Amino acid sequence: MVSKSTSKYIGVIGAGSFGTAVANILAEKNQNVLLYARTPGKAASINETRTCNGYSIHDHIEATDDLEKVGKSCDVIFPVVPSANFREMMKDLSPYLKPYHILIHGTKGFDLNVNRDKIDDQNPLTREHVRTMSEVIKEESSVVRVGCLAGPNLAREISEKKPAATVVASHFDEVIRVGQTLLRNERFLIYGSNDLIGIELCGILKNIIAVGAGTIAGLGLGENAKALFISRGLVEMVQIGKALGGNAQAFLSLAGVGDLMATSYSSLSRNFTVGNRLAHGEDIKAIIDSMEEVAEGVKTIDIINELARTYKVRVPITETLHRIISNEMSVDDAHRYLMKFPFRAEIDME
Amino acid sequence: MRKQKEKVRYSEIIPRTQQWPIVQLAKDRKAFIGEVTNESFDSLKTITRGRSLREELEMTVYREKLRMKANPWRVDPKDEKPFWKSIQDRLVDSATLPPAEAKEIEEGLLREIIHRYADEIAGNFKKNSYRFARAFITFGFARLLNATRVKGFTSLFSRQLDLDDKIHIVGEPEHIRALAKKGTVVMVPTHFSNLDSILIGWVIQFLGLPAFIYGAGLNLFNLKIFAYFMNSLGAYKVDRRKKNPVYLETLKTYSSMALRRGCHSLFFPGGTRSRSGQIEKALKLGLLSTTIEAQRIMYQQEDAENKAKKIFIVPVVINYNFTLEAPALINEHLKRTGQERYYKEADEFTTSYKIASFLFKFFTKGSNISVTIGKGMDILGNYVDMEGHSLDSTGAIIHPKDYFISQGEITVDHQREQEYVRILAKRIVEEYHKYNRVFASHLVAYTAFKMMERKNPKLDLYNLLRIPDEDAMIDYEEFKTAWKKLRKRILKLEKKGKVGVAEHMKEKANLAIEHGVANLGMYHAQRPLVKKGDKVIIQDMNTLYYYHNRMEGYGLEKHI
Repeated sequence: MVSKSTSKYIGVIGAGSFGTAVANILAEKNQNVLLYARTPGKAASINETRTCNGYSIHDHIEATDDLEKVGKSCDVIFPVVPSANFREMMKDLSPYLKPYHILIHGTKGFDLNVNRDKIDDQNPLTREHVRTMSEVIKEESSVVRVGCLAGPNLAREISEKKPAATVVASHFDEVIRVGQTLLRNERFLIYGSNDLIGIELCGILKNIIAVGAGTIAGLGLGENAKALFISRGLVEMVQIGKALGGNAQAFLSLAGVGDLMATSYSSLSRNFTVGNRLAHGEDIKAIIDSMEEVAEGVKTIDIINELARTYKVRVPITETLHRIISNEMSVDDAHRYLMKFPFRAEIDME
Repeated sequence: MRKQKEKVRYSEIIPRTQQWPIVQLAKDRKAFIGEVTNESFDSLKTITRGRSLREELEMTVYREKLRMKANPWRVDPKDEKPFWKSIQDRLVDSATLPPAEAKEIEEGLLREIIHRYADEIAGNFKKNSYRFARAFITFGFARLLNATRVKGFTSLFSRQLDLDDKIHIVGEPEHIRALAKKGTVVMVPTHFSNLDSILIGWVIQFLGLPAFIYGAGLNLFNLKIFAYFMNSLGAYKVDRRKKNPVYLETLKTYSSMALRRGCHSLFFPGGTRSRSGQIEKALKLGLLSTTIEAQRIMYQQEDAENKAKKIFIVPVVINYNFTLEAPALINEHLKRTGQERYYKEADEFTTSYKIASFLFKFFTKGSNISVTIGKGMDILGNYVDMEGHSLDSTGAIIHPKDYFISQGEITVDHQREQEYVRILAKRIVEEYHKYNRVFASHLVAYTAFKMMERKNPKLDLYNLLRIPDEDAMIDYEEFKTAWKKLRKRILKLEKKGKVGVAEHMKEKANLAIEHGVANLGMYHAQRPLVKKGDKVIIQDMNTLYYYHNRMEGYGLEKHI
């Protein structure tokens, strides 16, 4: 089944912890995996030490800092870079991409294509300004066969070869098939979905709730409180998701509730960690500066807080978290505030 | 006296009609129908849709019998009933035969049905009557125009005014001419009126393009005079009543194979005339999908010597101040909002008298039509340059062939191609909005209707349409203020390249509004809008709603 792909490289762009994990899974089934790192130094060090971010890497992986090589020698590419750098990376990669390429990204954040200073009441932030990564790929290149990876995939557990599953979402059955063929092994299940935007939104929005769950854990409020928070958080995710063009069904999937649970209960999650440290009184700026990799949740909170105002969606959790990260409210006060908040509406699946 | 414009004349890009693909196609019509039958037969055998062939045939016979009973048309052939009876009889008789024999009979019946459909669909293009029809339209209309506009007996032979004084062709005519030499052009116009077919026929010949094949509604053939023109302009017949898979597959194969033979084609991707007056938002994907399939097959069949020709999609937007059928169209739309499936065709184009009187009015009164020829695109909606190369958003050359390639080879993936059709359809709709030209009349209708809505916030659409006469008026000064505000907004959109604006829109507000009111639905028995003193009076809410719909989709409602 994989015989065709053995001759060509499979590309992974981004040598962070998730990118490395994806490359390792790919390398188990495929002879040649090309892992792109942004600096020549990092690529060289990966090739030399055969480790990346403290994870050992598979023999089939070759690191490179040459995007042209990635575009020209791979038909299938998995971009896994932070949302803030995604568009820039696509602009650099685009000259080497052709309509035969398949791109399956694993980035769980939004792209903001407008200067934040230009947004005010006259000129509100809209969905047009906020793009998912699949939309960025289509805007910046001639590639149309686009998909995304989403699900409970904590990078460390995958590297430790613990069992897991993920969702490959795409409008194209072909992309889902390719994703399954390349990634599936006896410890890694792949589900398919045609709701690309819905699944992307799941992965992005759950980070907000993960930050909040981290604060609850940090305050030591107990499991009841956390379950309360997560389930209310899911309702909020669905409501925002629907306003932004997703279906409620996607949020019940592995990529929705599945990913939400994993991230909200694990200290391995970066977004959870941000919340946790906030609860311990650390300053948001200090937390971000000290982290090696990006916690997408912080940026997402800011964007969703603004979008919810434009589209008049009630998002008490996001709004409260936004006050915390902009130092307008302490974590303690925030929880007292949320307990008093009249959550009335249950989820509406229509 | 208006000044005579510098007139553009286009030469024919292939002067020798013998070489037109459509002429070749008409020459071996019989063989072509045979090919279409074979290919449709093969694909129908493989696509089962979870039904056995027998079930498929039974369903087809059932639906055809239902159609003949419920919705017969004058154009239907006399031998229809006996044909389907004979199919049904043989189908029933073979039910008890051993499977192998039954299968043979079933396949035979399928082939017979396909052949009948293919024969019905196929056009009857005749070179000579094309020449005649073409000359007739151009010459006849031009004479009529001169006789009525320029006074005096000799004016019948005057050359002062031509049809192109009436019909403005704007956009990218040179592009379509260049592309027609490089590959196969598929023209996809918006569809508001039955007159569109003839209008486009004139545009095609005016631009010096070889004849196109048309997908024209079979209902148009009910009328002898239309049938004559349609046939001679290269029309093939599309029967909207037949929705069974066998018919649809045959129709698609016909279109796909004609494209592969290099026949320039035209279809109205909206399917039918826009009932609401809105620009097409959702396109019918069936015929559109044949462009993608045909292009893929051409790539599959190419070799080093015979490179595949490219298929180019050219959106065309037709703008009228007036749609003859508007009152009936909007009625139909309102009646069946939400119930698309069940309606009866009520055609107002039914008598030659009505058409003739419309044409006469059209040529004697000053209401212009503009036809915008869009920029050519490839089958995924990427723009192409004058050489026919596809360009990506950065202007780099890309090859459409790559869209069909998976790991180095062209693969057949119907689900993938379905997605491509969706992408293409979305691009065409975007282009429609861009090339739509705003006339003062459209904006007058939009302003008036939106103001009525604003004044009666509690009424829903249906109640608003029934508003009593004494309430259906607006103060002119208020109206002018709102109209100017909207015009400002539209000119902004024009600057961004999101819509086109007719020249008369840029005149002084009073003049432009006067022009708009005078032209809005000018031939309807009841004018939608008139100005009396310092009031604007609405006489027909339904048609006003219809013309107002044309301006939907630009986010203008925020600015009133």
